[in-house]
Amino acid sequence: MSRRVLLSIAVLAAASAAPWVVSNPSRQNFLILAMMTAQLAVAWNILGGYAGQVSFGHAAFYGLGAYTSSVLLIQFGLSPWIGILAGGVLAMLFALLIGWPCFKLKGHYFAIATIAVAEIVQVIFTNWRAVGGAVGLYLPLREEGLKAFVFHASKLPYYYIALGLLVLTLLVSQTIERSFLGHYFRAIKDEPEAARSLGVNLTRYKLVAIAASSFLTAAGGTLYAQKELFIDPGSVMATSLSVKIALASILGGVGSLFGPVIGAGILTGIEEVTRQFFGGSGRGTDLILYGMIILAVAVYYPHGVIGGFKAWSQRRAARARSGSTG
Amino acid sequence: MSVEIVLQTLLSGLLIGLVYALVAVGLTMIFGVMDIVNFAHGEFLMFGMYASFWLFSLYKLDPLFTLPLTALLLFALGAAVYQTVVRRIIHASMLSQIFTTFGLMILFRGIAQFLWKPDFRSIDNSLVSGAVRLGALQFGLPQIVAGAGAILATALIWWFLDRTRLGVALEATAADREAAQLMGIPVQRMFTIAWGIAAACAGIAGGLLSTFYPVFPEVGANFILIAFVVVALGGFGSVTGAFLAGIIVGLVEVVGGFLIGPQLKLALVLLLYLLVVLLRPQGLLGRA
Repeated sequence: MSRRVLLSIAVLAAASAAPWVVSNPSRQNFLILAMMTAQLAVAWNILGGYAGQVSFGHAAFYGLGAYTSSVLLIQFGLSPWIGILAGGVLAMLFALLIGWPCFKLKGHYFAIATIAVAEIVQVIFTNWRAVGGAVGLYLPLREEGLKAFVFHASKLPYYYIALGLLVLTLLVSQTIERSFLGHYFRAIKDEPEAARSLGVNLTRYKLVAIAASSFLTAAGGTLYAQKELFIDPGSVMATSLSVKIALASILGGVGSLFGPVIGAGILTGIEEVTRQFFGGSGRGTDLILYGMIILAVAVYYPHGVIGGFKAWSQRRAARARSGSTG
Repeated sequence: MSVEIVLQTLLSGLLIGLVYALVAVGLTMIFGVMDIVNFAHGEFLMFGMYASFWLFSLYKLDPLFTLPLTALLLFALGAAVYQTVVRRIIHASMLSQIFTTFGLMILFRGIAQFLWKPDFRSIDNSLVSGAVRLGALQFGLPQIVAGAGAILATALIWWFLDRTRLGVALEATAADREAAQLMGIPVQRMFTIAWGIAAACAGIAGGLLSTFYPVFPEVGANFILIAFVVVALGGFGSVTGAFLAGIIVGLVEVVGGFLIGPQLKLALVLLLYLLVVLLRPQGLLGRA
């Protein structure tokens, strides 16, 4: 236990120091992106990993978070810090509203229903004049500072806000994993029929999962809006974004606490490197590489990087045991 | 609103719906036979469009006549994809299966961009161009040919599955993999054929579309979501269901687009999907 705490502190310290090691602004931006993706992947994992309800519609929650805080700021001058909570609550209410009927669906049916819901939300926002429609929303330029949730001179403060949000999301995730909820979620995922026959109200616990997941995802959306100071449906509500969040989680290993963080780091890294080295050509070399890496991981490490690492260390332990006895 | 407009709208919806049906037939077949949702299905359609485009612009072969060749090429591609990649994940979890076909999708788009650049291309002056007048109604000939071709191809698939030994073996594999294996059906070969046929269906749809739809590396994205909706609406695995659902989706899209605006038509189709699966989770004709 104490070893774990020490390790956590060490990782946190390293993460806090990271932007000082890389001073290049574009590299720093990459770190912020990786942090933000990691937070989204951990939030996704609560519903998709622990409770096993694969969603490809999380961009709807993300976009609702981004739009709520931005509209409140533009229309009423409300602080984004209030907006981040309002966006989270709104996304959560929306998630409960659509989750309640959609959780009747299983497997692929549920996954595609989530795409459908998110696409509908995107179409509505694209055609909704009052919130900027297809043009999007520009956030007003204001004096920078933590209280205003906006920074111009350096983007570095966003890194620490993203890190804070990631730590918060990890804490929520860990609390859920270790509480009775974690057991219920695993039962819903692995043995839904058995859980039902034992009197577990499946829909109720799936709703708990989607509530936590959507709130945290929406918070990530507000952070994005504050960092970019511009949002439109294509950037905060696209299905490609939903898929990317899910991919990061799957790549790292679903249903584990840190798997999504590792997956997000790798995914963002691959994207960045392939774009830097091959993207300029505009000839799709970056896509080819990206696709091949995803394929290789999916085929050879079906349980993600964490799963592959566990299998490897188990094999090593077994070899060590057999070596010592014979 | 005059009778002509109603008829014009309904028939236009029917025509595009038939193409949607053909795209979805392949997708639903793969799902029915091996429980895999193929995210790269739209890319099979894209390759079909490019095959048609290049055969036309390099060899002056009309898309109408190159359809069999396109189908053959795509069959080979589908079978190869199964043998090299999908075969390895057939027992994996739903998540890694989705992940795999998603990787294929990105890879295929990248390959298309690499080989043919991200430009929009179109086939001009093919044999099927111009319009057909029916009294006060007017339809594009390419759309009519596409609709008719889609009916023919779907009928062929239906005949194959229902009336040939190979097709029945395929259906048996879909119904119960283990039992089929025990009866001596070579399951692996069935899977390979299913992927080949699925890709060929998408390829034919691509060839039919290429006479009136722009060809570009990401064109598959415009069809994959609709194809998912059609598959789920018809019931995963049901070819007849996909055919019916394709027509319904085409009608809803065109009629809805006409009544409340084209920018909302996708939302309408998706709303219809949600309503149907919530009231009937197995889709129209799916196995419960």
